[in-house]
Amino acid sequence: MSNRLINWFKFASPQSFYPLAGRMIPWFWALTAVFGAIGLWISFFVAPTDAVQGEGYRIIFIHVPASWMSMFIYLVMAAWAGLGLALNTRLSGMMAQALAPTGALMAFISLWTGAFWGKPMWGTWWVWDARLTSELILFFLYIGFIALQAAIDDPRRADKAGAVMALVGVVNVPIIYFSVKWWNTLHQGASVSMTKSPSMAQTMLWGMLVMALCFWMYSIAVALMRVRAIILERETHTEWVRELPEVKE
Amino acid sequence: MSAFLAIVRRDLLLAMRRKSEVLTALFFFIIVVSLFPLGIGPEPALLKKIAPGILWVAALLSTMLSLNRLFATDHADGTLEQLVLSPTPLGLLVAGKIGAHWLTSGLPLVLLAPVLGLQFDLDTSALGILVVALLLGTPLLSLIGAIGAALTLGVRGGGVLLSLLVLPLYIPALIFGAGAVEAHISGLGATGHLSLLAALLALAAFFAPWATTAALRIALE
Amino acid sequence: MNWGSPAEFFAMGGYALYVWGSFVVCAAIMVMEPILARKRQKDILRTLRRERIAEELDNQ
Repeated sequence: MSNRLINWFKFASPQSFYPLAGRMIPWFWALTAVFGAIGLWISFFVAPTDAVQGEGYRIIFIHVPASWMSMFIYLVMAAWAGLGLALNTRLSGMMAQALAPTGALMAFISLWTGAFWGKPMWGTWWVWDARLTSELILFFLYIGFIALQAAIDDPRRADKAGAVMALVGVVNVPIIYFSVKWWNTLHQGASVSMTKSPSMAQTMLWGMLVMALCFWMYSIAVALMRVRAIILERETHTEWVRELPEVKE
Repeated sequence: MSAFLAIVRRDLLLAMRRKSEVLTALFFFIIVVSLFPLGIGPEPALLKKIAPGILWVAALLSTMLSLNRLFATDHADGTLEQLVLSPTPLGLLVAGKIGAHWLTSGLPLVLLAPVLGLQFDLDTSALGILVVALLLGTPLLSLIGAIGAALTLGVRGGGVLLSLLVLPLYIPALIFGAGAVEAHISGLGATGHLSLLAALLALAAFFAPWATTAALRIALE
Repeated sequence: MNWGSPAEFFAMGGYALYVWGSFVVCAAIMVMEPILARKRQKDILRTLRRERIAEELDNQ
């Protein structure tokens, strides 16, 4: 057990994580491509035309995975942030910082595709639906986190302040979602039911799951790429960075 | 407890010496609220419908104005470091500062709101609900805002950043606060909204001073 | 098979603007983001290399 613990802490140092991340990135890109190809094939060629929404429903295959990822990445980010505050590890803050832009983009994709789905289905680009509104607020929370970290020059302070912000955000997300839902049910005029028909075809579900895996692998790959750059930026004046083969060449 | 009261008294005294800062935020509140009828038109039915939302949004914005100063002046003259080093638990002192902030920026809003509500044709019972909702909601704004103020302490572009961080977190307060008045006007009863607002206040009173303390320690280390 | 011809595929049963508007923007973001991350990595590596060369010149 103690052996394992030591191993984990070994990878928690930027010095050993940097090459490890470099080796993992191609694998995650490969998985992204495989899941992406299968997922797109299912979403366009296997999944049948929807009886009600016609071909327009195919947006679901990116809309739902992007929404899932935007929420999941926020949780992971907050977890890294909490870990950083509790154990004072350098890598945690860098991971949180690397994840934030990807999460914000996922939230953006979710909003964008939601609008493009809403237009043909509901007749408007934007509906103050509980889920859409919560997603928008989640996007604001990401932007706040990124702006806070960008405004603080000292990276250690930026990490810790960002961590407090992420944790405060994660406590608030369920409260915000609940309050928006409450607000939405009281204002019946604007509410549009988005609940899926119970007879959602099995293939649609599979398509969504495979696409979600693709988005998942993509997020890991791109966050690892970004964390490598962040490690180099932060550790510029250390010996191990100077001895890296890509710096020496 | 005496430390808590001492901090409240000290901050109130300081606020009294710099009256203009407190008054500016108040007049901002009055002006913003008065702008809406000019922008929308004087139709009473419409104004009555949007009044709770407008009063609440204006309250959020005017709270934002005064949040910047919550820790900044004490940070500039070194008092804050003394507070951090003092043997009294920092959480208690922070709670005192938040309390004083509410007394100087939240409470005046609560007292002013019914007068402004008259401009929007709200009847007496709706005004009563508005006051109760603000009474529960404005401490919540001070509590959540303190976290943001501590996080952005001494940071470039702190003021704008503060609103970016804090305003999304204010949304539940806005929804339940404005919703209480609206529910009352439409005859649904405001009890549900008000009890949820009170629950949020209890939650924030428990967690916010603690998170603010952590953020202050990070900012000062 | 859902589609009789490529044209039918691109028409998306009349929802072309919405379906392709979503997928193309999503794809564009997912291409741009890694490119930007890669650029960030290259930039910092270039700075590091330059610093190293400057140091070596100093030592000589």
